[in-house]
Amino acid sequence: MTQSVVVQVGQCGNQIGCCFWDLALREHAAVNQQGIYDEAISSFFRNVDTRVVGDGGSISKGKICSLKARAVLIDMEEGVVNEILQGPLRDVFDSKQLITDISGSGNNWAVGHKVFGSLYREQILEKLRKSAEHCDCLQCFFIIHSMGGGTGSGLGTFLLKVLEDEFPEVYRFVTSVYPSAEDDVITSPYNSILAMKELNEHADCVLPIDNQSLFDIISKIDLMVNSGKLGTTIKAKSLVTSSAGAVKKRHQKPFDAMNNIVANLLLNLTSSARFEGSLNMDLNEISMNLVPFPQLHYLVSSLTPLYTLADVNIPTRRLDQMFSDAFSKDHQLIRADPKHSLYLACALMVRGNVQVSDLRRNIERLKPSLRFISWNQEGWKTSLCSVPPVGHSHSLLALANNTCVKPTFMELRDRFTRLYKKKAHLHHYLQIEGMEESCFMEAVSSLSRLIEEYNQLDATKSMPVEDLPRLSIAM
Amino acid sequence: MSVVTVQLGQCGNQIGFEVFDALYSDSHCPQGLCSKRENEAYQASSKERFFSEEENGVPIARAVLVDMEPKVINQTLSKAAQSGQWKYAQHSCFCQKEGSGNNWAYGYSVHGPRHEESIMNLIQKEVEKCDSLSGFFIIMSMAGGTGSGLGAFVTQNLQDQYSNSLKMNQIIWPYGTGEVIVQNYNSVLTLSHLYRSSDALLVHENDAVHKICAKLMNIKQISFSDINQVLAHQLGSVFQPTYSVEGSCHYRRNPLGINWQIRPPLPGLPTLGKVSLNRELHFNTSIANLVILRGKDVHSADLGGFKDPALYTSWLEPIDAFNVWKTQRAFSKYEKSAALVSNSQFLLKPLDTIVGKAWNMFASKAYIHQYTKFGIEEEDFLDSFTLLEQIFHLKQLFKKRSQGSLGGAAVWRLPLAQGAILETQD
Repeated sequence: MTQSVVVQVGQCGNQIGCCFWDLALREHAAVNQQGIYDEAISSFFRNVDTRVVGDGGSISKGKICSLKARAVLIDMEEGVVNEILQGPLRDVFDSKQLITDISGSGNNWAVGHKVFGSLYREQILEKLRKSAEHCDCLQCFFIIHSMGGGTGSGLGTFLLKVLEDEFPEVYRFVTSVYPSAEDDVITSPYNSILAMKELNEHADCVLPIDNQSLFDIISKIDLMVNSGKLGTTIKAKSLVTSSAGAVKKRHQKPFDAMNNIVANLLLNLTSSARFEGSLNMDLNEISMNLVPFPQLHYLVSSLTPLYTLADVNIPTRRLDQMFSDAFSKDHQLIRADPKHSLYLACALMVRGNVQVSDLRRNIERLKPSLRFISWNQEGWKTSLCSVPPVGHSHSLLALANNTCVKPTFMELRDRFTRLYKKKAHLHHYLQIEGMEESCFMEAVSSLSRLIEEYNQLDATKSMPVEDLPRLSIAM
Repeated sequence: MSVVTVQLGQCGNQIGFEVFDALYSDSHCPQGLCSKRENEAYQASSKERFFSEEENGVPIARAVLVDMEPKVINQTLSKAAQSGQWKYAQHSCFCQKEGSGNNWAYGYSVHGPRHEESIMNLIQKEVEKCDSLSGFFIIMSMAGGTGSGLGAFVTQNLQDQYSNSLKMNQIIWPYGTGEVIVQNYNSVLTLSHLYRSSDALLVHENDAVHKICAKLMNIKQISFSDINQVLAHQLGSVFQPTYSVEGSCHYRRNPLGINWQIRPPLPGLPTLGKVSLNRELHFNTSIANLVILRGKDVHSADLGGFKDPALYTSWLEPIDAFNVWKTQRAFSKYEKSAALVSNSQFLLKPLDTIVGKAWNMFASKAYIHQYTKFGIEEEDFLDSFTLLEQIFHLKQLFKKRSQGSLGGAAVWRLPLAQGAILETQD
């Protein structure tokens, strides 16, 4: 069994990260009733004897003593991290896992990347090495951050290069929250474009998330709950959207529910690697199957169900509904419509009491309405994990490598261009040592090249699928 | 004579467990439908083949379990131990922490050489426990990374180290519509390598077994467990002891033979009376067929239909190509059962499909960077494609129609000696 380390950077990254750890603890508590420290828990948590001073307290087997998250928390302001450390999750984190500063990055990618990057490089390296040492077999770094700000965007992407150099064999999965069009940070287009270049070059796999999509999903659920459309047997409070029963009983803010969805995404992504099933899917398989060309590593995700049904013996029809939902544009975590774009590859990760015949039936049913690229007409990767998520009898996470990300990137480029043409706020960036206009130019070209790749693939959409002539053998 | 089983990857281990379970249950089935002495001879023979004895009487499967990540092996070991009736040897497992990521290159070029010594040592230990070794039964899938890549590597090693023993690979042909996106690449690489180092490939297609579960067995929600059990049942009915010659009083010593293929046993078949074959039906022509009959009335079964020349390629006499093994001892709960193993053209179409899809993907160079990262280059792919196209071409020439100016027997020695590809038939 392998381990993963979560690196949460900036306000957004840390808030999502916090939700993630909360949910992970709840999930393992529900599954692992005997309190034995097993391999599944060890993928994200260390077992530590807190009576031992210093570093030697790790326990590899037996009863759970004290769980510590395999995480590194980075923020250039103290507010968010302090809140975490004073909240109910404080025991899960070690003070040695934090890197904080006071002044913040001022929503400036350059400050995050260049200034804090060089300032904290050694410290970051040291903390990462420490967390890697605690792992038997480190497989993956999960980086959580936002693209629109300064710390998450700048320092978060600076990290990627450090990870690539220092741990070249360990996968870098990045969960990036992209700014929506109505984002209140004016410089978010600059930050995002500059960060995109780093993601293009140094990430193995990126899961783009859009705040607007998350918000729409939450609103839809609230609407359904309030209008009573779900019926009297429906429990609206599921692990997905509600923090009821959570360690931190806080007054619910909209971001909480939104962050929970992203946290669930990460849990479901790793469930088949942590828990048993009839068809396992490890993290290295995600990259292997879903990334046909190194640059095209952006995966659109969708999660179902988003609410619970009290009825546990769900008849087949409802199960099939789950599959249909995964492909509807309302369930995607970014604003995208995969059904009407071109699929390069698609992964279905199912949890719970779902068997291979259910999978096959639904793939057969949905296939005709989806367009796959000519050389990957049956481009499905599937996995079955027997352990369902807390509060549901089954769930589905669909990851698609689909050209529907293109509009998001194009919009981002447009917003950038509008701002850049006016040279608005540019001086804040250029006054940072190491930043020049060429940095911006390079970042935009990198994005344009990516968009062009997607364009070329889209162009094949209307072409008939023909079999290529095979090798002819002279006998 | 004993068989050492090597179970590779998730698929190999999951199936391996079901096979040993089926073999054990059958040999301890109280309803043998034969004399007590007969039953005891059967049990002893079966046990010697597949299990070795432990001090407290619990038989231990003659198996080596290999996987590059621990979850499945742990499950397999505990399931066997829980049955209380047989188990796997604790030290016959080789496990790593990080899987092969569905990457044939990783399984073959990284895990293979790295763990060669440990794995071959485990197999050697298992071989030493046998009084006499008949051969190896290697269970693997083609779609993933460990079963396929490491499986090909291990088979090659077995070829080098145990060239006198038979190596039979049970390969699982993946569902046509993806379990793994790169399954066609993995399959092409696996088949081309196994063709050179295996003696016989026993093929089960997931699609076919799935259909059996759905149509013949009426299972509503089919799980991999169901599929594996059907598979294990089929394999059990082929591998359990039989008599080779009418009237012989010893169970045949070598359970593995060349040139045959599996057909599912037909449960509850009323009589194996006259099997009338409709002449208009088109058969895949075979170069060899083996029928295994178990249970009541085996000696009076009329197998004339199997000797029909229409079943065989034109340059073979049915008498040379058809064999039958029998035993009165019934298999599992079935009063009568039959299994057909044949070496025929049935696999042409699936092979064609897989090679075609892999070729299309290869032409676009998709996913190739994942393989070159670990030492499998484009030339290696091309070599594999070439070999498979050759096989495909050869097998097509089995067709009766092409009466062949190909020089008859000389040409065919190639596929027979180097590993016939065997398929399942519904």
